[in-house]
Amino acid sequence: DKSSHEHDIPFYKNQQRLILGLNTKIDPKSLEDYLAVGGYQAMAKALLQMTPEQVIGEVKQAKLRGRGGAGFPSGTKWEFARNAPGDQKYVVVNCDEGDPGAYMDRALMEGNPFTVLEGLLIGAYAIGASEGYIYVRQEYPLAVDNLTVAIREAEEHGFLGKNILGSGFDFTVKVHRGAGAFICGEETSLLQSLEGKPGEPKPRPPFPAVRGLWGKPTNINNVETWANIPVIINKGAEYFSSIGTESSKGTKVFSLVGKVNNTGLVEVPMGMPLRDIIFKIGGGVPNGKKFKAVQTGGPSGGCIPEEYLDVKVDFDELMKMGAMMGSGGMIVMDEDTCLVDIARYFLEFLSDESCGKCVPCREGIRQMLKVMTAITQGKGKEGDIELLENMAMATQGAALCALGKTAPNPVLSTLKYFRHEYEAHIKEKRCPAL
Amino acid sequence: MSNAPAEEIPAEEIDLAEANHIIDKYLTLPGNLMPVLQGIQDSYGYVPKPTIDLVAERLNVYPSQIYGVLTFYAQFHLKPRGRYIIRVCVGTACHVQGAERIVETFFGRLGIGHAETTPDLRYTFEKVACLGACGMAPLAMVNDDTYGKMTVQKVDEIVETYNQRPMK
Ligand SMILES: NC(=O)C1=CN([C@@H]2O[C@H](COP(=O)(O)OP(=O)(O)OC[C@H]3O[C@@H](n4cnc5c(N)ncnc54)[C@H](O)[C@@H]3O)[C@@H](O)[C@H]2O)C=CC1
Ligand SMILES: Cc1cc2nc3c(=O)[nH]c(=O)nc-3n(C[C@H](O)[C@H](O)[C@H](O)COP(=O)(O)O)c2cc1C
Ligand code: SF4
Ligand code: FES
Repeated sequence: DKSSHEHDIPFYKNQQRLILGLNTKIDPKSLEDYLAVGGYQAMAKALLQMTPEQVIGEVKQAKLRGRGGAGFPSGTKWEFARNAPGDQKYVVVNCDEGDPGAYMDRALMEGNPFTVLEGLLIGAYAIGASEGYIYVRQEYPLAVDNLTVAIREAEEHGFLGKNILGSGFDFTVKVHRGAGAFICGEETSLLQSLEGKPGEPKPRPPFPAVRGLWGKPTNINNVETWANIPVIINKGAEYFSSIGTESSKGTKVFSLVGKVNNTGLVEVPMGMPLRDIIFKIGGGVPNGKKFKAVQTGGPSGGCIPEEYLDVKVDFDELMKMGAMMGSGGMIVMDEDTCLVDIARYFLEFLSDESCGKCVPCREGIRQMLKVMTAITQGKGKEGDIELLENMAMATQGAALCALGKTAPNPVLSTLKYFRHEYEAHIKEKRCPAL
Repeated sequence: MSNAPAEEIPAEEIDLAEANHIIDKYLTLPGNLMPVLQGIQDSYGYVPKPTIDLVAERLNVYPSQIYGVLTFYAQFHLKPRGRYIIRVCVGTACHVQGAERIVETFFGRLGIGHAETTPDLRYTFEKVACLGACGMAPLAMVNDDTYGKMTVQKVDEIVETYNQRPMK
């Protein structure tokens, strides 16, 4: 069978496919397949044998942190929503997956929508929500199709609707398609979009846990976060928290792409050194080129150079490096990649995607982009680096949401580790990578 | 990646039956504006001006609110689009594998830029950030067909192939 072969291939041998494992074992349109591999047992256990408080306790004890990027403790967030006053509460799946270069949420939604749905059901029970929304990026039509089938099948089997499994718990779920706006991955913006409005972020607090969709307490989690829930309920918090590092438990799916031999989604225990991911699993850099840096965390993240490849990948260690976990994008770059160009690339992306609501972000990013473009075109001036650093500080400090607050990160991290490349562009009018 | 400005919208005659049908379907759903507009776009290929007036009237919202939504989201289109939508990914994985050259080549071959449509309505070209298949970077799509590991030669092949395809 397929899985025993996977053991022999280095790409799979060093992975621990807790979340992605079922993708290769089931037909994503067949509930029967999912049931045959133990599907919906976690839901049955939660609804019939556990109180909502016990479910939340288990998730807290597992120390699961949000896979959308910020790593907020999920159990704590659920507890906030459960304890928030109000009869009507909502749960939401964030499948907007904006990080350009990451596609784990797509793979989960297309390959095994059941697990996400099961996780959502368990969360809804724990929080006391009777309605759920799944917000899917416009570019993922197959995810919407498979999800729609999974929802219909769950309804037919009595896993959704009234009095689920005779437990007295009612729950319905709707799918909502995005319409091409990166900012709608930000939770307050996503909720605005669900209400049928332009997706502009709102100040927090109040956090959605207290005042979310239609003003009601709302718990929103990333696709991969939800997919971890059935694992935790089935195998227990103790098992889950035995995987990973002190601060980050469980596994993480990374999108290993760019200048690396084996590209694809890799799922590894938290704490695996970057070097192992890129060289043992990824098979290193192709065409005999030298490794230069790896970009993690998408447009909010940073570039990590060769000398720090032994860092153990978890939420806190990446943050210390000036990079970020983000959604798990991991873009490998070789000696021919110009990192000044990469930093410029992210600024251009964010300048396009800034919603324009607040000036520090709208103007700050645009002005930084101007300076960066000039530098990459050999028109950089003495003092540009300091100017960039000043603008970065201002944008970080004054922007309303994390898009603006984190926009300078790619520039700051490349300045930190590759300042000499900026200097070569400015002083010698040349790109050392070309 | 923004939309065409509102003043360029052409006046036109269209059959509103389908739009009415879509509105009926979502009439009682809270937050129905987006699904209604998405349904209209799926059905007509873009959001024609007369449907906007219809939606405003039937959902009891201001046309300005509708335009607010239509212009905020990149995937709403106020003008007719090409029979073949060519999308080239400029996400990070594709960027480091040379996506910009693929984009430039398409620009040259098609004679149109980002978010533009050829006058004969055969092609619309769009840059997009991540098509979710980064392992095959650089990536292009024509309607629902995916082309991985793109090269300049493959651009020529694609354009040649679709030049021969029927317009209906
Ligand atoms: N997955 C993707 O494609 C992308 C992910 N990101 C990530 O998004 C992150 C930023 O997102 P934010 O939501 O601004 O992060 P955040 O740290 O402000 O919040 C994270 C989560 O914790 C909750 N939370 C935090 N404090 C709380 C409190 N006191 N009470 C109740 N709930 C609380 C928030 O509601 C949210 O759900 C970045 O770390 C970035 O990596 C950014 C762009 C794309
Ligand atoms: C600009 C921006 C874009 C974001 N995009 C996403 C996204 O695509 N998917 C996601 O899960 N979280 C995204 N987030 C983070 C969400 O705001 C939120 O923290 C997350 O959905 C919470 O889920 P978690 O606790 O499971 O991580 C984004 C944040 C910002 C600031
Ligand atoms: S920081 Fe940027 S994206 Fe966020 S609200 Fe302000 S302008 Fe919009
Ligand atoms: S970056 Fe091009 S498909 Fe993801």
